[in-house]
Amino acid sequence: MSETAEATVVVKEPTEPLFSSKNKKLLSDPLNDDNPITIQVLGICSALAITVQVKQAVVMSLSVLVVMVGASLIVSLLRNLIPSRVRIIVQLVIVAALVILVDQVLKAYMYEVSKQLSVFVGLIITNCIIMGRLEAFALANKPWRSFLDALGNAAGYGWILIAVAVVRELFGSGKLYGFQVIPEAFYDFGYYNNGLMILPPMALITVGVIIWIQRSRNTKLIEEN
Amino acid sequence: MDVNKNSYTFTFSALLVIVVGTALAFAAEGLKPMQKENVRLEKMQNILASVKVEATPEEAGEKFKQYIIEQVMLDNEGNIVISEGKTAFDIDVVKEFKTLDIEKRNYPLFVFEDNGTRKYIVPMAGNGLWGPIWGFVAFEGDMNTIYGSTFDHKTETPGLGAEINQPEFQDKFIGKTIFDGTQYVSVEVVKGGADVEGESHMVDGISGGTITSKGVSEMMQRTLNVYVPYFKGNQKAAL
Repeated sequence: MSETAEATVVVKEPTEPLFSSKNKKLLSDPLNDDNPITIQVLGICSALAITVQVKQAVVMSLSVLVVMVGASLIVSLLRNLIPSRVRIIVQLVIVAALVILVDQVLKAYMYEVSKQLSVFVGLIITNCIIMGRLEAFALANKPWRSFLDALGNAAGYGWILIAVAVVRELFGSGKLYGFQVIPEAFYDFGYYNNGLMILPPMALITVGVIIWIQRSRNTKLIEEN
Repeated sequence: MDVNKNSYTFTFSALLVIVVGTALAFAAEGLKPMQKENVRLEKMQNILASVKVEATPEEAGEKFKQYIIEQVMLDNEGNIVISEGKTAFDIDVVKEFKTLDIEKRNYPLFVFEDNGTRKYIVPMAGNGLWGPIWGFVAFEGDMNTIYGSTFDHKTETPGLGAEINQPEFQDKFIGKTIFDGTQYVSVEVVKGGADVEGESHMVDGISGGTITSKGVSEMMQRTLNVYVPYFKGNQKAAL
């Protein structure tokens, strides 16, 4: 891994603009063509667990974003110093430290939300997307590119999470971000909230539907048999 | 510098751990006061919720001060304990339930007053199926009729035992009485689906959550028993 790191560093021309098309691709690819959840199917676990309410999904996405960007930057800065034999452990220590930090801050400033997220904040440590990006990208690239890559992937994770949460909260409890959006009149006419939406299986099905829509629209993703 | 040497690997790992450890220790210490305050406010919210006073975390402190006019501490025999620098609010009944013998536990009581009517709030702790359960039960001024209750749990089964923290379950206690004449009987949570219409000492339990329901029964029976002498004394005084 360290050899590729040096190779990339040597090859890269120093005068590349901050937002070159290559760099922009780092940011935009994970949103669609290379989405960590729908294409790479990573980090599914948390996507299923905390998408009952939009607020939880937003806080979770932000937490993952902070951890991911922070870890990518640190690992990228240390990439030539990290002994390759212990690199996984080093990455874990860095990610774990950031996660604990996020958890502590949430407990201090967003107590209610942190109680709802409970163990899932701690479980960010095991989020495959983060370790995956550190191992595959940050360890071999300069900080700025790693930063963009992390941001892109965290955003790709976040938007799916929030999209699933919107569907589940709207149909499961008739609310969005905690506010009632389905009017009382509907209920008077016999409308019921779909209790199944609250349960974990519906998260899986919702993600499945998103993947379906995405694949039918994005021709690049259709495999040839 | 050869980053693959053993000595380098050891030094790097040691330094990393020291740096990360120090940073986390500082962060945890720095944020502790805020976290403790959050826990305190949540407890105030729970106490107020048992007498149906809704409070956001921001206003919990203010409202608690306004409504809770007295805090009493009892010992295992039901005698009032005066302890310096320690109020009933500081007692963590869940912790004492887990760590202290029954004789050594403290029994807090909160007296709530709004527009001249008093309510008495009793915190309690017990065991559910998987872990601790706890709650606050509020009594009317007669110290007999239940005015409201809140229960919560740590790890009860969602959909079954965990339902004890839902209003549907908690509201069933309203209006039940713990004394039959002058005899203390507590309120029993009976097996789910039973007909408890007109029974003043029974509450319909949760179907499928029998052990948690029994835990609530046991917790109430055991805890309220301690308060009986205090309640009786005050009931006489009120007459």
